[in-house]
Amino acid sequence: MSVMLLFLAAIAAIIIWWMAQQRLTSRPWLEVGRLGQPGGGERSQIPPAKIGLYVFLGVVGALFSLFISAYLMRVGTPDWWSTPIPRLLWLNTAMLIVSSAAMQWAKTEAERGRDDTMRTALLAALATAILFLTGQVFAWRELTEAGYVLADNPANSFFYVITGMHGLHILGGLVALGRTTVKAWSAPASRSLRLSVDLCAVYWHFMLAVWLILFALFAGWANDFADLCRQLLT
Amino acid sequence: MVDIRSDASAAIPPAEVEDVELYHPRSWWTKYVFSQDAKIIAIQYSMTAIAIGMVALVLSWLMRLQLGFPGTFDFIDADHYYQFITMHGMIMVIYLLTALFLGGFGNYLIPLMVGARDMVFPYANMLSYWLYLLAVLVLAAGFFAPGGPTGAGWTLYPPQAILSGTPGGKDWGILLMLSSLILFIIGFTMGGLNYVVTVLQGRARGMTLMRMPLTIWGIFTATIMALLAFPALFVAAVMMLFDRLLGTSFFMPAIVEMGEQLKQGGGSPILFQHLFWFFGHPEVYIVALPAFGIVSDLISTHARKNIFGYRMMVWAIVIIGALSFIVWAHHMYVSGMNPKFGFFFATTTLIIAVPTAIKVYNWVLTLWRGDIHLSLPMLFALAFIVTFVNGGLTGLFLGNVVVDVPLSDTMFVVAHFHMVMGVAPIMVIFGAIYHWYPKVTGRMLNEAMGQIHFWVTFLGAYLIFFPMHYLGLLGIPRRYHDLGEAAFVPESAHTLNAFISVMALTVGAAQILFLFNLVWSLKKGREAGGNPWRATTLEWQTPQTPPAHGNWGKELPVVYRWAYDYSVPGAAEDFIPQNQPGLGGPTREAAS
Repeated sequence: MSVMLLFLAAIAAIIIWWMAQQRLTSRPWLEVGRLGQPGGGERSQIPPAKIGLYVFLGVVGALFSLFISAYLMRVGTPDWWSTPIPRLLWLNTAMLIVSSAAMQWAKTEAERGRDDTMRTALLAALATAILFLTGQVFAWRELTEAGYVLADNPANSFFYVITGMHGLHILGGLVALGRTTVKAWSAPASRSLRLSVDLCAVYWHFMLAVWLILFALFAGWANDFADLCRQLLT
Repeated sequence: MVDIRSDASAAIPPAEVEDVELYHPRSWWTKYVFSQDAKIIAIQYSMTAIAIGMVALVLSWLMRLQLGFPGTFDFIDADHYYQFITMHGMIMVIYLLTALFLGGFGNYLIPLMVGARDMVFPYANMLSYWLYLLAVLVLAAGFFAPGGPTGAGWTLYPPQAILSGTPGGKDWGILLMLSSLILFIIGFTMGGLNYVVTVLQGRARGMTLMRMPLTIWGIFTATIMALLAFPALFVAAVMMLFDRLLGTSFFMPAIVEMGEQLKQGGGSPILFQHLFWFFGHPEVYIVALPAFGIVSDLISTHARKNIFGYRMMVWAIVIIGALSFIVWAHHMYVSGMNPKFGFFFATTTLIIAVPTAIKVYNWVLTLWRGDIHLSLPMLFALAFIVTFVNGGLTGLFLGNVVVDVPLSDTMFVVAHFHMVMGVAPIMVIFGAIYHWYPKVTGRMLNEAMGQIHFWVTFLGAYLIFFPMHYLGLLGIPRRYHDLGEAAFVPESAHTLNAFISVMALTVGAAQILFLFNLVWSLKKGREAGGNPWRATTLEWQTPQTPPAHGNWGKELPVVYRWAYDYSVPGAAEDFIPQNQPGLGGPTREAAS
C-alpha cells in the first residue's frame, strides 16, 4: 500500500495548502457582518467544472495508485514471471504523447482565439488518441498470440487489467473530446467551448502521466522502487 | 482586538459571481422522476435507502430468530443464515447508511445550507441516483438468482467468497454483489463530485468556510474521504470478478476445492484484506462524520446555545478524516501480519480517540447550562452521544492488539461495531429526520408516535447490544449459525440470546411505527411553518416551505454571521438567522 500512501500524502499536502488559505483560525462568532477578504474563505473564481475535474482526477489517481499498490504487493512472488513488453507499446506511447501535445496546442490556439487551427489540433488529438487505443488492442493481441494469456500468470493478469482500466479511461475521455470536437466544428468558439478544450487538455495530460508511470512499471524500471518499498516495510 | 461590527451591510461588495442558470423541468417525468433538482433526488435517495434498509432489518430479525431459538425455524439453515448476515451487513453499511447520509442528507442540505440554488452538476447528480437505484436492484436481484445471494460475510474475503462451499460462491450471488458495488461506486463518484464542488463553489456571498454549519463540514469531509476510499473497494471488486470469472489468481492461493486442485494459485488473500479495509475503515468515518456534524447542529439548536468550540470541531472533523486512512490494518490483527505493523496501527487507532473525545466534550459543554428542549431531535442527539461514547470505549479495547486477539471473532466485536457505527449513526438519522421533516414536507411528525419510537428504539438497542458484550467476553463466537453444545457456553447464554432476539423483534416493530408516522404526518401532521425550531441556518430561511425549485426566490441570500447565534444578549429573538445583518427587532434601535 506504499504507493497509495504516497498518493494520499500528496493529496493531503494539496488539502493542507488549500486549507491554509481558508482562514481556519478565524473566530466566526466575533466576525458578524464582515465578509472575508479576497482569497480568505470566499469561493475562488475557477469555473466549477474545472474544480470538478480536478477532484475527479484525484479519484482516478487514487484508483491507479491502488492498482499499482496491489501490483507491487504481488510482484516477485514465486509464481511471477514478467510479461514481455510488446514493441508496439513504444509506438502507442508516442501516439499518446503526440495526442497530449495536440491537446495543449488546441488549448493555446483556443485561448488566442484562432478557431481554425484549434479545430485542426482537436482533430489531431482525437485521431492520435484513437490510434493509441487501437494500438493497445493490437498489443494485447500480440501478447495473447505469443501465449501470454490473461489467467496464466499474475503478471499477465495485472498487465491486462491495468492497461484495460487505463484504456477505459481514455475511452471515456474520447467521448468528451469527441463531443467537444463536434461542437468546435459546428459552431464558432464560445466561452464554454474554450472551457471544454481546456478540461480535455488537463485530462489528457493526466492520463498521459498515468500511462508513463504504468509503462515504467511494466517495463521493470520501477523495480528498484518496488525493492526499496519492500525493504522499508520489512 | 478583534474587529467586531454588527452593522456592516455597507461592507458587502456587489455580487461578483453571476447567478447560475437553473435547469427547469418541462414535464411531470422530468420534475418528479428524472429530476435534476437536488431536493427531489435527496428524497429519491432516502426512500430507496429506507426501502432496502427495511429488507436488511427483516434479515436481522431472521438471524435473531435463529440465534435465539436455534432449530425452531427449519427454513433458516446454515446457508441461508450466512446469506442473511452478508446482505444485512452490506446493505446497512453501504446501501443504507452511506447512501442516506451523503445521497439523502447531502443532497437535501448542502444546497440549502450553503445558500445555493442547486448542485453545480445537476445532470450528474441525477445519474448518480439512477446508478444507485440500479445498484440496489442488482443487489436485491441476488435474492431471486439461482443459488441465492452471496453468503461470504459482508467483508467478502477470498478465497471462500468465490468457492463452491460458500452460498452464491459459484452461482450468481457473488457476481451480483460485486457488480452492484461497482455500480454503487461509479454512481457515488458522480454524486460526490457534486457535493464537494457545491460546497467549494456554490456558497452564497458571505458564507465563508468557517461560517458553514458543522453538518456541511461533516458531509463535505466525509465525501472527500469516500471519493478516496471507495476506489479501493472498486479495485478489489474488479480483481475479484476477474478471479471468479476468468480464472486469474489475484487473490486465489493454491487451493483444493471438492477434492480437486484448482488451476489458480499463488494469489494473496491478504492483498484483498488490505484493499478492503483501506476502504472499510474510512467507511466507518464516512458514516460517522456526517453524524457528528448533524448532531452538533441538533444540539446547538435544541439547547438554544452556540456550539462550544466551533473551530475545534472543524479541525477535529478534518483530523479524524485524515487519521482514518492510516488505521485500516487494525481490522487485520489476526491475519498473521508483522507485529510491528500491529503496534503502529494500534497507536494510530488510539490517537483517533483524541479528536473524537474533543468532539464529545464539546457537545457536552454545549449542553452545559443550555436551555435544553427535550424535543425528539434532541432526544435522539443525546442518545447518540451516549451510544457513541459506549461504542467508542469498547473500540479502545479492540484497538489494542493483545486485547483484540482473544476477543476477535466473538460477539464482543459485533456489539462494538453495532453500537458505534450501527445504533449511533441511526440515532442521528432519526434525529435528523424529526428535525428536517418539517422543512421537507411542511408538517411536523407526530410527537406521541415519535416518543414511543424513541424510547423503544433507544432502550431496546441497549437491551440488545449490552448483553452481547457479555456474550463476547464468554467467548461466544460470531458468524455461528448454531452454537451447538460447547462446554464453555453456559445455559444462561442461550437464555440471554433468546432475550436479545425478543428485544430485536420489538425494536424492529418500533421502526414500523416510525415509517407509519412518516406517511401519516404527511397529511395529518401539524402545520410546521417556515422555521418551527427557530433555527439560524439558511435552510430554515427559505421563502417557501417546502422550498420551491431554485430554493431562494428571486435573490440569493447573503450571509452575515456564523450558524450558531443562539441566545445572543440584546437580540430581539433567541436566535439570529445567518442572513440577518443586525440583531433584529426594535431592541437593537433601543440599544443603539
